[in-house]
Amino acid sequence: MPVITYRDALNQALREEMQRDDRVFLMGEEVAVYQGAYKVSKGLLQEFGEMRVVDTPITELGFAGVGVGAAMVGLRPIIEFMTWNFAVLALDQVLNSASKLLYMSGGQYNVPIVFRGPNGAALQLSAQHSQAFESWLAYMPGVKVVTPGTPYDAKGLLKSAIRDDNPVCFLEGEMLYNTKGEVPEEEYLIPIGKADLKREGDACSIITNGKMALVAMQAADQLAKDGIHVDVVDLRTVRPMDVEAIKASVEKTNRAVVLEEGWELCGIGTQVVDYIQRDCFDYLDAPVIRVHQADVPMPYAKNLERAAKPDMAKTIAAVRKVMYLD
Amino acid sequence: MAKKKADQPKSAADAASNPDLNRDLLHSMLLQRRFEERCAEAYALGKIGGFCHLYIGQEAVSTGTLSLLRPDDYVITTYRDHGQALARGITPRSVMAELFGRIDGCARGKGGSMHMFDKSLNFLGGHGIVGAHVPLATGVGFAIKYRGGDQVIICYMGESVVNTGAFHEALNMAGLWKLPVVYVIENNRYGMGTALERASAIHDIFERGASYNMPRAVCDGQDVFAVRQATQEAIDRARTDSLPTLLEVRTYRFMGHSMSDAVSGTYRPKSELDEYMKRDPIALLRAHMHENNEISDEDIQKMDEEIKAVCQDAWDFADKSPEPPLEALFEDVLVDTTSDATAEPVAAD
Repeated sequence: MPVITYRDALNQALREEMQRDDRVFLMGEEVAVYQGAYKVSKGLLQEFGEMRVVDTPITELGFAGVGVGAAMVGLRPIIEFMTWNFAVLALDQVLNSASKLLYMSGGQYNVPIVFRGPNGAALQLSAQHSQAFESWLAYMPGVKVVTPGTPYDAKGLLKSAIRDDNPVCFLEGEMLYNTKGEVPEEEYLIPIGKADLKREGDACSIITNGKMALVAMQAADQLAKDGIHVDVVDLRTVRPMDVEAIKASVEKTNRAVVLEEGWELCGIGTQVVDYIQRDCFDYLDAPVIRVHQADVPMPYAKNLERAAKPDMAKTIAAVRKVMYLD
Repeated sequence: MAKKKADQPKSAADAASNPDLNRDLLHSMLLQRRFEERCAEAYALGKIGGFCHLYIGQEAVSTGTLSLLRPDDYVITTYRDHGQALARGITPRSVMAELFGRIDGCARGKGGSMHMFDKSLNFLGGHGIVGAHVPLATGVGFAIKYRGGDQVIICYMGESVVNTGAFHEALNMAGLWKLPVVYVIENNRYGMGTALERASAIHDIFERGASYNMPRAVCDGQDVFAVRQATQEAIDRARTDSLPTLLEVRTYRFMGHSMSDAVSGTYRPKSELDEYMKRDPIALLRAHMHENNEISDEDIQKMDEEIKAVCQDAWDFADKSPEPPLEALFEDVLVDTTSDATAEPVAAD
């Protein structure tokens, strides 16, 4: 099976879906002539032309709304945000337009649109460029929120997102674009809303999403050297959330660590822990522990940034704690 | 999509000499007026809830502009949307049932006063966040151009919208990409209670179009013929040359901002209101038709009685329409379909 980067996996998904359906177009800052701020859209302008690969001014609120309007009348826009940090300017169009139009119109206007771009921290970009937005987005009904952690998941989920007749927020990762993984040559789709058991064990469940799936797998590999075998449940989609996968794992291992990139209060982990206490109370042998970013804006200095971010060591420490090993 | 020949008069002069058309215009405006008078009554009785923004005084704008659109054109508007909904052809029954929060409403009771929708009429909704629907209109213009069609979209907004970022961003792209959008500013002088002069650094707000290299115009919003003439020019420009227009229509709201706002008082004196009410758009059209012997007092009386009966029928219908079933609470949050890529092929004309 070919091994390709996460970036190329996304590029393949975009190309294949644009070839498949004339209604699909890509719009955003630097997507066309510049070939994408992170080169995800490389070559697409040359293949599909400027009506379908559209450079915009720096105007997130505006072009997010342009996408929603085009989707209401039958096109299938993919709106690229250079990062989700900038998409905050466009949140009104996601929250007040895209997520609500089907409901407010009594079922008449669905909005088949994908909002996508990198999410969360990279390296030393400091406070305004290092935020994980999945909990903000997952809070609202009327959208789906997808956070793939591997090239395989990225391609299969983006293709599903583009074909979905609902608004989908698709959160990528700057630090993931260069990561590599196996991606089949033949076409495949990954259903939105299905978690993936990326490691299997019986000692503890690590439940995670997005780029933290890599951290969880590294932690699992390290723990395995000490004979501790854990489940890694990669949610992949945080709205809708695969509650059955969480339950199945926790009922097997009786212990859980919830790992996420963002802040603690009202984070994704808050919801996961709620499902666990509600559905798995009698199965638990220890309180659930959460691993997340420190409750501060992201600092610039290398040492402080490292201290703020969730990582493998913090995850391993959490697993050992719920197993009462430390 | 087949191109349709627009069988509309080319100018206000044609319109002014067309008794049948004028009768239709009068009917449309009077329907909105009588309908909303009943809305105010229903609101006082608690049959309509939430926010309710009446359009009374501005009917020449909805009627004048929408009388020129083709069925395959698009309309999008603000939360002050009853007038345009009726003028576009959503039935009084359907609009009233929506206001009453009933299942037979044009949004099945999920939208209410501020969110009238009818996909069969390409009525893309009343929108409640000031300015937010303006980029949507630009997106519809983009889609028309993308498909190579010759439709247009009319986007209504109040004058306070021109100070939002969404307006600026949306009009810049429409000017940049040359999209077939007619942006109609219904300048009724007040954004809620804040006068235009207290909110905008320039007062001839159609001149904002200059920033976007956009054709622009201003017209009298109480004179339905003036509205039609200015709109026809904008529609022609959009349909033929795929160019946007910023059209400022100067009008006046005879009622408060919403039902909780007094008609006059804190932010506008009664004398100002009285002055504007001398230019009631319905009275002006009626006077014109009288002068030209196009309509008699009896005809007007008859039309009014018929319209009042239609409004009573709408009320009775809405009153009898069931509330949405509780199962509807969780319906229409998401659709459970995916694209099959062949549903709606993109083809130029």
